[in-house]
Amino acid sequence: MLISVKNLKKEFRNGEVITSVLHGLSFGIEKGEFVSIMGPSGSGKSTLMHILGLLDRLSSGIYELDGKDTTKMNDDELAFFRNEKIGFVFQSFNLLARTSVLDNVILPLTYSKNRKNVKGRAKDILKSVGLSHRYNYYTNQISGGEKQRVAIARALVNNPSVIFADEPTGNLDSKSGIQVMKILQDLNEAGNTIILVTHETFTAEHAKRIIYVKDGLLEKDYKVEKRRFATKGEILK
Amino acid sequence: MLGIIIGVGAVIIIMSVGAGAQSLILDQIKTLGTDLVGILPGNSGEDGPPTAVMGVTITTLKYEDAQELKKKKNVPNVADVVAYTKGAGALVWKSNSYDTSFSGCSASYMNVEGGIIEEGRFFNEDEETNLSKVLVLGSTVKKELFGNSQAIGEKVKLNKHLFEVIGVMSERGTVAFQNYDDQVFLPIKTMQKLIAGVDHLGMIRVRVDSSDNIDKAMSDIKLTLREQHDIKNQEGFDDDFTVRSSADALDIITTITDALTYFLTTMSALSLLVGGIGIMNIMLVNVTERTREIGLKKAIGARRINILSQFLIEAIFVTLFGGIIGILFGVFISYLISVGAHLLGYNWNFIIDPFSIFLGISVSTLIGVVFGIYPANKASKLEPVEALRYE
Repeated sequence: MLISVKNLKKEFRNGEVITSVLHGLSFGIEKGEFVSIMGPSGSGKSTLMHILGLLDRLSSGIYELDGKDTTKMNDDELAFFRNEKIGFVFQSFNLLARTSVLDNVILPLTYSKNRKNVKGRAKDILKSVGLSHRYNYYTNQISGGEKQRVAIARALVNNPSVIFADEPTGNLDSKSGIQVMKILQDLNEAGNTIILVTHETFTAEHAKRIIYVKDGLLEKDYKVEKRRFATKGEILK
Repeated sequence: MLGIIIGVGAVIIIMSVGAGAQSLILDQIKTLGTDLVGILPGNSGEDGPPTAVMGVTITTLKYEDAQELKKKKNVPNVADVVAYTKGAGALVWKSNSYDTSFSGCSASYMNVEGGIIEEGRFFNEDEETNLSKVLVLGSTVKKELFGNSQAIGEKVKLNKHLFEVIGVMSERGTVAFQNYDDQVFLPIKTMQKLIAGVDHLGMIRVRVDSSDNIDKAMSDIKLTLREQHDIKNQEGFDDDFTVRSSADALDIITTITDALTYFLTTMSALSLLVGGIGIMNIMLVNVTERTREIGLKKAIGARRINILSQFLIEAIFVTLFGGIIGILFGVFISYLISVGAHLLGYNWNFIIDPFSIFLGISVSTLIGVVFGIYPANKASKLEPVEALRYE
């Protein structure tokens, strides 16, 4: 089991006010799965992704990643896990401005223990997402779709155990969105574990399994019967 | 950054100018000679300046004191003695008038102070005591008052009295901050009785036969003056005079210029502090502006120490860069000052103490560390999820 969550709860404190967001979720995700975490706005899906991605800590419950209890980790251990085991793709790309495409992809490797052939690895990954002609472009000189592909390359460069994609097509036109979904599906075919967070059923159905969160509770957890495949003709809403 | 540039630049300039001024003063005093002993009226502490230089008129030194000091039985190592009473006023020749300072002095002036007569002669010992109305002009006074006309034998008016010009000194320049050319020399008794209306002296200067004998001579001078003034206490507490050698003057001036340099260095250190706070503010704004970047870096595996060192290095880089510009700026301005001083006729040395460069670099680096650590620490403590959410 790659991800194992038991009775996960999260509440936010703001002075005296305590807001409970997740009320006790339990599920598991195996290596090689492609899971969509779905739900309406305010359902807690982003909070869940932040916790699963080790960007935030849970309030109570158990979360094991790759067999390790993450609740007992200190900040540096969490940082190490984020670097080695997790790749992120954000809705708003979060690329460094005034920095080349290649350097953006290299960035995670600078915090890694394995710093051999950093440039070569980054170039190979960029080639695999079809950006070999953009190595030295600055991130403000490329299109939105290309930016998201740079972000995917950055997420992949350290060969992580799981890739989290938070509304990766949210800021893209439909053509670029399809390209991104195609890359994610291809990555999954190649054996990568993908966890996609979205509020759109259409996008969610590109995954093999959907975990539906509503009001901080796991409402449904089901296999996608009619899985969608990103192809050229497809229209992504 | 401007604060750092100005602060470091100021430290360099102040230390350079301080060293330059000190070497200038010391050179000036050395040209006077180290075998001179000055006696001023009034007591003073061991290290402080004599009371007389504070602008207080003290009347304890008399002409007779100078006469006693001249005697070999009192001061065996004496070479010669000159007594002074000084004043200032206008000298008038025909329709020309010129304001200058008057040195009433002994005929032995040139034996003690040096100087060369250009034309005519200096006054003699008879004229020193018999109220002769004669005077010797400094070269500037001659030029201002007479231009190219003949001055020797001319009568000039000073305080209603007509004086005969008997000599003109050759140009000597400024030595120990005293302009030797812009003054008039007249017999001490004439000065006391006819011009100043006093019977005390402003100063006595003694030239000792050798600078090795200065200490011996100074103690002989003190003994003689105590006897003259009926002072029983030999510890010096009751003395109504102060004896100083030019070596003492060197010490005092060194002390004063050092204190001044320290004071100004402290002031510029304050501007460095202000500059440092400016850097801290800039870095804090920088951290806020780059919150998302910090969040992202943490999300992809940056540890606290990575973020901390990144911002600390940036702060140090900024201040160090400012410091280096400040050093170049300071050296350049110091050089300009030395060139300017040369143009004004001072023999000013362009001195850059390597220590001041070291100080500039280390202080600016230190400021980077001290004022960078707070913003860097703040950045490193940001929670990744909070930082990523920041708009």
